[in-house]
Amino acid sequence: MAGLETFYDVMRRQGITRRSFIKYCSLTAAALGLGPEFVPQIASAMETKPRLPVLWLHGLECTCCSESFIRSAHPLVKDVVLSMISLDYDDTLMASAGHQAEAILDEVMEKYHGNYILAVEGNPPLNEDGMYCIIGGKPFVEQLKKVASGAKAIISWGSCASYGCVQAARPNPTQATPVHKVILDKPIIKVPGCPPIAEVMTGVITYMLTFDRLPELDRQGRPKMFYSQRIHDKCYRRPHFDAGQYVESFDDEGARKGYCLYKVGCKGPTTYNACSTVRWNDGVSFPIQSGHGCIGCSEDGFWDKGSWYARLQNVGGFGIEASADKVGMVAAGAVGAGLAAHAAISALSRARYKGDDAQ
Amino acid sequence: MVPSKSNILTDEDLQGTNLQGQNARALRARKLTTIYVYEAPVRLWHWVTAASIVVLVITGYFIGSPPPSLSGEASNHFLMGWIRYLHFSAAWIFAVGFAGRILWTFMGNIYTRELFYIPVWRKDYWKGLLDEILVYAFIKKQGEKTIGHNPLARTALFFCFTLTGLFMIISGFALYSDGTGIDSWEGRVFGWVMPWLGGSLGTHFLHHWGMWVIILFVMIHIYTVTREDIMSRQTLLSAMTNGYRSYRDDRPE
Ligand code: HEM
Ligand code: HEM
Ligand code: SF4
Ligand code: SF4
Repeated sequence: MAGLETFYDVMRRQGITRRSFIKYCSLTAAALGLGPEFVPQIASAMETKPRLPVLWLHGLECTCCSESFIRSAHPLVKDVVLSMISLDYDDTLMASAGHQAEAILDEVMEKYHGNYILAVEGNPPLNEDGMYCIIGGKPFVEQLKKVASGAKAIISWGSCASYGCVQAARPNPTQATPVHKVILDKPIIKVPGCPPIAEVMTGVITYMLTFDRLPELDRQGRPKMFYSQRIHDKCYRRPHFDAGQYVESFDDEGARKGYCLYKVGCKGPTTYNACSTVRWNDGVSFPIQSGHGCIGCSEDGFWDKGSWYARLQNVGGFGIEASADKVGMVAAGAVGAGLAAHAAISALSRARYKGDDAQ
Repeated sequence: MVPSKSNILTDEDLQGTNLQGQNARALRARKLTTIYVYEAPVRLWHWVTAASIVVLVITGYFIGSPPPSLSGEASNHFLMGWIRYLHFSAAWIFAVGFAGRILWTFMGNIYTRELFYIPVWRKDYWKGLLDEILVYAFIKKQGEKTIGHNPLARTALFFCFTLTGLFMIISGFALYSDGTGIDSWEGRVFGWVMPWLGGSLGTHFLHHWGMWVIILFVMIHIYTVTREDIMSRQTLLSAMTNGYRSYRDDRPE
């Protein structure tokens, strides 16, 4: 990959001081859950390794992942990580357009065949031969397959690429399909969230660059360092949960006191993400801190899992929707009445069985 | 003496014998059998399991719908903490009991194995099942005598207790790994089911439904064992308390 500058070169060229650079390395080490002893390793990787060629494709999506990414808190990320990773093709961020842009794509694919990272934002719709998402005159799914064939690894940015998100919500008319169900032969890192947290996105890339390998993934293919704990496990309202102090409705005393949002549908207990530790917008806040429950945006199929204001999904059918407990109680009532009736008929139809003697 | 159709001595059977005119009832030969069916470990297990399920259902319900909020400082209370603690303690008792009950099938008598499979390949199972259904529909008066569970009871136990109980253990420990992490032993052994059950939320949902299956099972179970104990040809409550089942007639089957 000769000819590519290192990150450090780019940073210096952009006027970033060494001090600021080292600070970025320590912040990144901390974000990745690594000890201070890793700071030199990160720094030296940035100084010596050539930039990582990244191709960033966009399928069916809302661009919230890109929006999040460019709002990464540390200025170095905003200004440098983008150029740092040598974002050779990103039809949202790059200056060129049209044929020129598509030409860059082909060029990079050829030049770095087998070495580039493919970052996918959004997903391909498969219905009608993929006609619901056309890029450069062709279905996105074709572009995706083509670019994926030469990639070293794929990053599925956001819930769209990872799980399908809103465009795959029932009834999913375009048959929007997450990347891992279309590309079966490449390592895929899922970075779910709608959008994912900027620091998580840059952290994943920095890790791959520093250590030259994929971050350790969990069973569902998410980097463990950001997705191994639930919002609930590190939520600052957790003491209220354990104490039994809940917001019962959004305007009550408990809401003002900052009680736990479990009863108003917080999905923190079932959602794996880093919001309660990393938070959003330079660590300013996250939904729960602003008084609203987590909606579980980084979980598979979160649009189809019931109301954001109810803990568990309702069950449909019988023309009504009801919670499991309502259905259960009605069923228990019906069974109870049935048993009582059965007992009454039993008593009438036949007395105690005393054996043959009664005959 | 012409024996009557039933094998029970009746007044007609005495016609023409020197006992003519006597009350046959007093003369009947009785051989009422009592069989030791459920050994002590099974009985102990049954009642420990029943107690743990009561705790699991109550605490589980409150995990799903916590009681009204407490006021005051958070540090003064640990209500949900205790509810969850009780749930997990009872869960351990239930799970260890379940495992022990499985081990006991290798040591105990043949009736200890009935809980873990249903003999669908045997014709008499289907016949017995139909018979019991007819009894419960008030079409037939009596089912067959059984030493272990009758086929209908066995079917219900297998699906609503054994399989559902196993599901509660697997999904429960998977949920437990939400707290202990996927690298904990719970995460390694049980955590893999979560993606299959629709993630953590889907697992909660199904675990919650499992509770209602078990509640309905327990209601019906308590009704039927009591009813059978009164109305069937054998005793049941004694079988699960002192282990002995007595029969009320000595007709075969
Ligand atoms: C949560 C509550 C309960 C559960 C989960 C439960 C479960 C079971 C199970 C699994 C068996 C089969 C035992 C085996 O084959 O090893 C059984 C049998 C039995 N249970 Fe329960 N039980 C519960 C409550 C009760 C109660 C309250 C009674 C008393 C009224 C009772 C009376 C019996 C009897 C008499 C049998 C033996 C049935 C027979 O002789 O065929 N159970 N129960
Ligand atoms: C018959 C047995 C059981 C019943 C009836 C039962 C019932 C329940 C119910 C209703 C919930 C609330 C679900 C929700 O609304 O989110 C729950 C949660 C839970 N149960 Fe069980 N459960 C049983 C067995 C177990 C077992 C064997 C374990 C194993 C450790 C277990 C572990 C859990 C855990 C970890 C939770 C989630 C707690 C939380 O979110 O804070 N349960 N259970
Ligand atoms: S607010 Fe949500 S994440 Fe926080 S403790 Fe309550 S339920 Fe858990
Ligand atoms: S708190 Fe929940 S809903 Fe909000 S961004 Fe984080 S994971 Fe998504």
